Amino acid sequence: MTGPNWRGIGAIYRFEMSRFFRTLLQSFVSPVISTSLYFVVFGAAIGSRIEQVEGVSYGAFIVPGLVMLTVMTQSITNASFGIYFPKFIGTIYELLSAPVNFLEIVLGYVGAAATKALFIGTVIMVTASMFVEMQVMHPFAMVAFLMLTCVSFALFGFIIGIWAENFEQLQLVPLLIVTPLVFLGGSFYSISMLPPAWQTVTMFNPVVYLISGFRWSFYGVADVPIGLSLLAIGLFLGLCMAAVWWIFRSGWRLRP
Amino acid sequence: MSAIVKVDRLEKTYADGFQALSSVSLDIAHGEVLALLGPNGAGKTTLISTICGLVQPTGGSVHVDGHDIAADYRQARALIGLVPQEITLEPFDKVISSVRFSRGLFGKPRDEAHIERTLRQLSLWDKRNSRIKELSGGMKRRVLIAKALAHEPRILFLDEPTAGVDVELRRGMWDTVAGLKADGVTIILTTHYIEEAEAIADRVGVINKGRILLVEDKDKLMARMGRKQLRIELHEPLTALPEGLSGHDLELVDDGAALVYTYDTAGPRTGITRLLSDLAAAGIVLRDIQTSQSSLEDIFVGLVQEEDAA
Repeated sequence: MTGPNWRGIGAIYRFEMSRFFRTLLQSFVSPVISTSLYFVVFGAAIGSRIEQVEGVSYGAFIVPGLVMLTVMTQSITNASFGIYFPKFIGTIYELLSAPVNFLEIVLGYVGAAATKALFIGTVIMVTASMFVEMQVMHPFAMVAFLMLTCVSFALFGFIIGIWAENFEQLQLVPLLIVTPLVFLGGSFYSISMLPPAWQTVTMFNPVVYLISGFRWSFYGVADVPIGLSLLAIGLFLGLCMAAVWWIFRSGWRLRP
Repeated sequence: MSAIVKVDRLEKTYADGFQALSSVSLDIAHGEVLALLGPNGAGKTTLISTICGLVQPTGGSVHVDGHDIAADYRQARALIGLVPQEITLEPFDKVISSVRFSRGLFGKPRDEAHIERTLRQLSLWDKRNSRIKELSGGMKRRVLIAKALAHEPRILFLDEPTAGVDVELRRGMWDTVAGLKADGVTIILTTHYIEEAEAIADRVGVINKGRILLVEDKDKLMARMGRKQLRIELHEPLTALPEGLSGHDLELVDDGAALVYTYDTAGPRTGITRLLSDLAAAGIVLRDIQTSQSSLEDIFVGLVQEEDAA
C-alpha cells in the first residue's frame, strides 16, 4: 500500500456517521427543541422587552451565538465520545494495529464529528428562521466560520477524548470550561453592553472572537475586528493540530 | 524455512521501570504455528502487542516480511491480523458491518465474497445481521477472529484464544487454526494451556519474566526433554536399595513399596533390560510395572522453576 489510506479514513468516517444515524431522531429533535425553547424564552419573553442590539432585533441577534453554542458543544461531545468509547471498551486496539497514521485517524473522527455538528448547526439555523427574520450578509464567510469552528472544536474534543480516563472527565471540559466561555463570550449580548472593566476581561475569552466573527457574517456588526476573529480561530486550530500531532508522536495515553 | 517475522533483541521497559521484555530474539517461519507458553505476566501479550504496534518498544527491532514495524509500519501491519485476549467489540454494531469496517480500516477494497467466506468458515454467516451484544461469548470471540482475517493477513496473532472457553469451543478453535494453517497463514498464539500447544503447535516457545527460555520444534522438544519413568511395584517393601542396584537411577518411593526408574527415551539404551536382570539377581519379586512419559506441561513447569530459582 502506498499513499494515504483513504479506505481507512472512509471506514472510520462511516463507522462514526452510522452511530449518528442510529440515533438520528435524538440527534435531530433535541437541537430543534432546545433552540425553540431558547427562542421562546430569550426571543419572545425577554427579547420583546429588549430594544435592538447594534441595530438588530434581539431575537435575530442571538441566532449566531446560539448556533455557535450548539456547534461547539456538539463538535466536542461527538469527537471526544468517538475516540473515548473505543478506548473505554478496548476496540482501540484495532485502530492502533491498522496501517493508518495519526492524520488519517484524525480525519476520520474529526471529519465525522464536524459533519454532525455542521448538520445540527444547519438545523438550528433553519429552526431559527421560523421564529425570527434573519439575514446573512456574508454567506461565504458564514460557512467558512461555521466549518472552521466545527473542525477546530472537534479537534479539541478529540484531544479531550484521548486525555479523559473516565466518563466524568469526558464531561468535565465541555461542562466547566466550554459552556461558561460560550455563555460569557457574547452569545446573548454584545460586549459593548458590559461595563468597561468586564469588557477588558472578556477580551481574554477566545470564544468572543469566534462569536463576534460569526455574527459579523450575518449582520455586519462585530465586537472585534473580523481579521482578529479569523486569527483567533486559526490560532486555536493550529494549537489543537499541534497537540494532536504530539499525542500520536509520543503515544500519550494511546500506546504505552 | 525463511522467517516471516524476525524479532531482534526486543526490549520493553514501561515508564514505571517494569521490564516486560528483555532482549527477546525470535524468528517465526512462514506458515508455521508457534505457541508461546508462559505463566501470567511472563510478557506474552507485551511481545505480541509490540509486534502489532500497540506498544512502543524501548529497544531492538522487529521485521515483518522484511518491513520494519516502525519505519514501514503500513506494509508491516497490512500483513498482520490480531485477535486480542479480551473480547473487545462495539456492542451495537452488526457482525457483518464490524467485519467490513476492519477490512476498510486496513485499506482493502470491499470484497463481499471474502467476507462471506470468512464468516462461513467461522460459522457466523447466519448471525451476520445480529448485533454483537446479542451473541454468545464464543461467537464474539469468533467475530474477533473474523475481523482479524477481514483484510486477508498472512500472519495471525491469537492472544489466548481459548481463555475461558469451554472444551467444545476450544476444539472448534483448534480446527479453525488448523484450517488457517492449511491456507498458508502463519499463526502465533499465546496460551497457558499446555495441551493447546501440544495439540496444534509446530514449535513451542517458552517465555518467562520477559525472556525467551527456549524455542523448539514441539516433537523434538518432547523427545529431547521427554523423560520416561518406569514404576515398579514390589511384592515385599524394601527399607533400602540393595547394593547391586546402586548403578541404576532408582528411587525408593511409597515407604519402600515401589521403585521409580527414570530413563531417557532419546538415549542409545534405556537400561531396562539390565535393570530387570539386576532386580532378579537381587532376589526382588515384582508385582506390577508401568511406564509414564513427561508431558509438555512437566517440561514447561521444570523450565520455569529453573528460571525462577536462578
